[in-house]
Amino acid sequence: MPTPELRLKTGLAEMLKGGVIMDVTDAAQAQIAEQAGAAAVMALERVPADIRKEGGVARMASIRKMREIMQSVSIPVMAKCRIGHLVEAQILQALGVDYIDESEVLTPADEAYHVDKHAFTVPFVCGARNLGEALRRIAEGAAMIRTKGEAGTGDVVHAVRHMRAIVREMRELTLLREEELFGRAKELAAPVELVRLVAREGRLPVPNFSAGGIATPADAALVMQLGAEAVFVGSGIFKSEDPAARARAIVRATTHYRDPQVLLEVSSELGEPMRGLDAAAIRPEEQLQTRGW
Amino acid sequence: MSLTIGILALQGDYEAHARVLARLGLMPERDSDRLFPPPPSAAQPEFVGHWRFVRSPADLADLDGVILPGGESSTMLKFLEDEALWRGLGALLQRQAVFATCAGVILLARQVGNPPQRSLAALDITVERNAYGRQIDSSVRQGEWAPGTPDAGRPLEMVFIRAPKIADIGPKVEVLATESGLPVLVRQGRILAATFHPELGADLALHRLFLRAASA
Repeated sequence: MPTPELRLKTGLAEMLKGGVIMDVTDAAQAQIAEQAGAAAVMALERVPADIRKEGGVARMASIRKMREIMQSVSIPVMAKCRIGHLVEAQILQALGVDYIDESEVLTPADEAYHVDKHAFTVPFVCGARNLGEALRRIAEGAAMIRTKGEAGTGDVVHAVRHMRAIVREMRELTLLREEELFGRAKELAAPVELVRLVAREGRLPVPNFSAGGIATPADAALVMQLGAEAVFVGSGIFKSEDPAARARAIVRATTHYRDPQVLLEVSSELGEPMRGLDAAAIRPEEQLQTRGW
Repeated sequence: MSLTIGILALQGDYEAHARVLARLGLMPERDSDRLFPPPPSAAQPEFVGHWRFVRSPADLADLDGVILPGGESSTMLKFLEDEALWRGLGALLQRQAVFATCAGVILLARQVGNPPQRSLAALDITVERNAYGRQIDSSVRQGEWAPGTPDAGRPLEMVFIRAPKIADIGPKVEVLATESGLPVLVRQGRILAATFHPELGADLALHRLFLRAASA
């Protein structure tokens, strides 16, 4: 049985399962998200599509905006800090947000290290592209993992690649012999204790969600069918033609992810999705997912 | 007797409840109710039967009991705007054994505050949402079984996560356990309701109590 602290941190993530966490930049958007049935909102200054377009340094959101969002909804409020920016994290904890996303979407503050998340009471979620990255973040104290995908593109292909990689690598671990796990831990650059735990249980010791490029109800159902336990939607909602309708549709698709009749129904008459960017056309140095170590 | 237990699976920790039922001997009813990865089979099955995830009105047929899990009650309510699901669930609550945890208790309460929201009103209590504060105020506490219960005085581990508070109880509601003097586990007829999360702990006592009520 994990420590009481970790149980509380992963416990809130358990409550978010089967739900949708939506990026919002102000109180009005937060209320639209809550009305649509979001399980939580993520407060940030600019959605990833705008960060990509406008450039500049992307930092923790303004305190005033985050306070307004926290006061306007009754569901949990998450917020992003920059990778390695332990002081932004301290400020977010003092503010009282319910979850911190140490996120590659913001400009990294440290070129070598992530935040020591064990040092905090507030739980953290971190992005990962594969099992090794997921286990390194869990070792640092992350209480939830999400795929990185390629944020701000509306192209789901990287979220799919990352979810498939994590699930496949976990399945492979369950087939290895005890002595082989040491070698695999070295290849994964992850602690052998966590590698052994995943080999025994067949799953991560924390919830495994999906993010990065999800723009339609079908995208949400796709990552759920591939093994995600909940879905983050960033630019996909408020960069679309009719955010409230799209938010409701993605919420329904995430719950009924295996029911093609419901998926057909919610995918009808939605208005235009976000225009999006072909993720394959993004130069490697402009990818957000390669941030993090 | 073979039980069929429905677990409301609109959103929340419905799989955690299924994993507890698996430890007590239950199996998934349909392929779509299977868990990944599958839980180990119970070492000593105490009950015989199946669980079924409930997402649509048709899933409510022929159940011996229903679990309303933790999660976000406002999200679950969006799905309960489907009148057939609302009425079907409402009818089931009158007849069958029910076990609600955290958000599930909010759905069942006669009255909900902070903010007020619609509820199934099957349990004569008033609840305040998020009454203990935000996630940073969540905690694991030792409460105890109330005087007059079979386990009176025995400690009961309670995982509280952004928990609601039971602010008032009606005359037909029994208090089974308290924490800091407040009711946190109550029963009314065949409805058992906990504002904490036994499905996230090691103690199987409450799921056992529920399955016995469903067997009766």
